[in-house]
Amino acid sequence: MGTASSMLTQYDIEEVQEHCDNLFSQQEIVSLYQRFCQLDRNAKGFISSDEFLSVPEFAMNPLSQRLLKMVDGINFKDFVAFLSAFSAKATAQHKIELIFKVYDSDRNGKVSFNDIVEVLKDLSGSFMSDEQRERVLSQVLKEAGYTKDSSLTLDDFIKVLGQSELKMDVEIPVD
Amino acid sequence: MMRKTNPKSQSTELELDQPNIEDYLPSGHTIHQEPHGKLRLCDLLDISPTLSEAAGAIVDDSFLRCFKSIRSEPWNWNVYLFPLWCFGVVIRYLILFPARVLLLSFGWMIFLSAFIPVHLLLKRDNSVRKNIERCLVEMICGFFVASWTGVVKYHGPRPSMRPKQVFVANHTSMIDFIILEQMTAFAVIMQKHPGWVGLLQNTILESVGCIWFNRTEAKDREIVARKLREHVQGADNNPLLIFPEGTCVNNHYSVMFKKGAFELGCTVCPVAIKYNKIFVDAFWNSRKQSFTKHLLQLMTSWAVVCDVWYLEPQNQKPGETSIEFAERVREIISQRAGLKMVPWDGYLKYSRPSPKLREGKQRNFVESVLRRLEEK
Repeated sequence: MGTASSMLTQYDIEEVQEHCDNLFSQQEIVSLYQRFCQLDRNAKGFISSDEFLSVPEFAMNPLSQRLLKMVDGINFKDFVAFLSAFSAKATAQHKIELIFKVYDSDRNGKVSFNDIVEVLKDLSGSFMSDEQRERVLSQVLKEAGYTKDSSLTLDDFIKVLGQSELKMDVEIPVD
Repeated sequence: MMRKTNPKSQSTELELDQPNIEDYLPSGHTIHQEPHGKLRLCDLLDISPTLSEAAGAIVDDSFLRCFKSIRSEPWNWNVYLFPLWCFGVVIRYLILFPARVLLLSFGWMIFLSAFIPVHLLLKRDNSVRKNIERCLVEMICGFFVASWTGVVKYHGPRPSMRPKQVFVANHTSMIDFIILEQMTAFAVIMQKHPGWVGLLQNTILESVGCIWFNRTEAKDREIVARKLREHVQGADNNPLLIFPEGTCVNNHYSVMFKKGAFELGCTVCPVAIKYNKIFVDAFWNSRKQSFTKHLLQLMTSWAVVCDVWYLEPQNQKPGETSIEFAERVREIISQRAGLKMVPWDGYLKYSRPSPKLREGKQRNFVESVLRRLEEK
């Protein structure tokens, strides 16, 4: 695709569609491209952290810094691939994989007790003390049959989160 | 025994400063209903609501929508219409544009030949000088409007010059000021601009009593508030026109009004401006084009069509805070001009949202977790 031009060819759309496993329709990809171009202010072909943070709704999200690590400098293909986890057609496993990636910040395939506490810190801010967070987490871990030292793998996540309906769908506005 | 911290800490001043954002965000955003039942590991690990909100904001958000130039469907796409459009381009660029430039230059010559002598010869507080300058400014604005063939329909009674009143209007482009100024010589409060606009600000606009502000200066708000108060007290000053949004919005939405104009203890007269995009989109996207380019775009289009409504003056109701007053006036203007209201501060175009907004979400999360921990 090269540098971001203002028009997508049919080939480009199909390539992107394949890259995201057909989780988005061609219309949705065109819409996403318009959005990508709106966020990518000077048409560099990728979106920087600063440009993501110019969306106030995103900047005020507690997990924005974590997500920025995953999307900083993202090009359009990867942008669509990232958002494909939020498609209604995505499987629960796909969604849980994304959640796992958010927790597993050091990408070692395991989520430790501390990794979860770090995410809790983002979500709770100054309204909970470190001690409270660790206490709550230890308690629910114990009840689920894990210990403070156990590292959770993706399979553990699938087991724990796969039981209930994950409501993680975002609709792409198509005009 | 664990000491439970009370998540309901004192409301910050900023929260009282803003209407509740959750009221405005579409219901799709509050995806999670109040969770209940004993807290389990899956509840703690499930960050899908927060992730969905983040992804939702990445895909579409109500703030950037306000500053998007909404392009209308191109109509010149078939064999018959395209040559017609080309013919129109020739007329607009080669006939209309030069004629308009001539007209504008003519207007400037008259204006300067009258303004400069009056400005230099008569003393500052001379009321004759003030009146002449007022008329001259109205005249040059009239020339400006004619130079883009402005077709402006004014509705409602013409504003009267009374003390203790301010005018507020929604803001789409700097030409808003020119359109209103050609009817009545207002004193306006403006962002200090560089270049030729700055020069105009320093010389001509100064004579009608304009007030400058600088968004980037932190203490600016207090200085400006003081200047505003001084101005409205003065009996002989031109009526003050304020654009409380603080930035140009695309004429389909309205962002939050700053409360400065509403705490002066004056009557507030709302003015609604709606542009018809039939020939040109008058939204000045200051990110995308300079004001000069914007003016040139207007001068090479057929016409700028807009409606101006002078609405019923409003007073602060007893027991109403300035912010509620501002929101009420914003609703009156938005309804009249067909604008959708969004809960964002226009200055977020230039700066990041305050951390207090995030704290609201964090507090809700902690409340929910601690409550469910206690449930059996």
